[in-house]
Amino acid sequence: MSSVDAGVLSPPPPGFPMPRPSERSEPFWSGARQGRLVLPLCSACGARALRAFAVCPHCTATALAWEQSAGRGALYSWTVVWRPPHPGFVVPYAPAVVALDEGWWFLSAVVGCAPDELREGLALGVEFHPGSDELALPYFHPIT
Amino acid sequence: MTHPFRDVAIVGVFNTRQARRLPGYDSSSIALEAALGAIADAGIQAADVDGVVGQAAADAVLELGLGPCVRRPSGLGIPTIVDAAALIATDQCRVVLVLAGGAGLVSHGSAAPWTAPANELVAGFGLFTAAEFALMARRHMVVYGTTERQLATAAAVIRTNGHHNPEAVYHGRGPFGPEDILASPLVAEPFHLLDCATVSEGGCALVLARADIALRDPRAVWILGCGSDSYGPAYTVAPVWDFTPRPGAGAAGWVGAGAARASFAMAGLGPGDVDVAEFYDPFSFEIIRQLEAYGFCEPGEGGPMVESGAIGPRGVLPVTTDGGTMSYSHPGVAAQQFQRVTRGVRQLRGECPSMQVEDAAVALCSNGGSGALFTDVLLLGKERP
Repeated sequence: MSSVDAGVLSPPPPGFPMPRPSERSEPFWSGARQGRLVLPLCSACGARALRAFAVCPHCTATALAWEQSAGRGALYSWTVVWRPPHPGFVVPYAPAVVALDEGWWFLSAVVGCAPDELREGLALGVEFHPGSDELALPYFHPIT
Repeated sequence: MTHPFRDVAIVGVFNTRQARRLPGYDSSSIALEAALGAIADAGIQAADVDGVVGQAAADAVLELGLGPCVRRPSGLGIPTIVDAAALIATDQCRVVLVLAGGAGLVSHGSAAPWTAPANELVAGFGLFTAAEFALMARRHMVVYGTTERQLATAAAVIRTNGHHNPEAVYHGRGPFGPEDILASPLVAEPFHLLDCATVSEGGCALVLARADIALRDPRAVWILGCGSDSYGPAYTVAPVWDFTPRPGAGAAGWVGAGAARASFAMAGLGPGDVDVAEFYDPFSFEIIRQLEAYGFCEPGEGGPMVESGAIGPRGVLPVTTDGGTMSYSHPGVAAQQFQRVTRGVRQLRGECPSMQVEDAAVALCSNGGSGALFTDVLLLGKERP
């Protein structure tokens, strides 16, 4: 169970399977390299989206834009993984949905605390770790 | 108004032997073996088939010598069966074969290989099916107080059904209680290994026919209602329970609620009319979620309903009576979904080798789940609508 002392959740060392960045999402990846959380939204209506879109799901404008998030939020849902899909992911690790202060969600993983400290509403802030020589990923850690 | 599927019935079903591995088979050959079985079960000749639907449809057209005939490469589950029914309802076909199989191509790692997340914004965080469904389950636990033990109780019921089923891959492995599920290794909290579907191999096929043919067979089973809910591509975006695409839409966590409403409306029935629920069971939590989403109980009451014994063999709503994808079989991306329907058909025929629900007249079958952002529902009945 998660109450077993498993130490502090950490990002995996580089070498785990990384996504191949698309041209469409380049602002997310260049932002992450610079330590900034940059997320998609519609420049016509301001709606946010779960991924970089061709058409805005809210207003149908073809107006994908990107906005820097303050990188703060609250833990919305999480899991603690003990059987990874690839050995590059060191267990335990904690994929999580973060409810961002901007009023949207972001899928990440929680680091910097023990698995049994995870609870709904836990205040979180973003930090970045390299996944490869070229790419970095945003993780979230507890803040006070 | 005449029911849209009044003139269509399911007249043949067949599952091949199911196993962790079926040496010597590939997905096409095991699907074709299932097809021959379903054709024999229907009491027809292969030459009577004038339409084929499913991932192996073109192979079946060639190898059964059916050409020229209608073929639809549409592959996934209940919508594919509805496509087959529509070919008959619209007079394009008289007899349609639906077939699928998974063998030889399946990796036997910790997760089904077709479920790896594909989108770049989620793929780097070590997600896989169990984790994706866990993110939905955890939210339900936070909001409603659903417990790990309630999840385990649902898994124990289904795995015990599989234990009793001589055709199940995991026949004879139980019986299981919730404590057995909770004692199995954690995969992705709150899911233990035995909360999760297995991966296996096998084939599955169905034959649908026009009413003039179906009425010769007293075992014919009729399509009373159908519905489908999707919130987008499976396994590519964050699985967020409260994701709501537009004002007034239901939250993604309730995917399937609209499909069930549509199914019951088409059938002129309600949840209380269902005798057996062949729920798709990728993870234990999805049983609790479906009880609530389809209206068998109120939101948050699914866990207590499971603990009350309601979904067991002597309960008011026996669920996933063959052992489902946890214990019966989980062969490939399509066959496992058809198998919810073949089991529903066999329940209504009264010919299940185990866990036969006495006098079952209406069966609800489902596919999909919250972590995959889609759910399909099919209502079957013994009586022509």
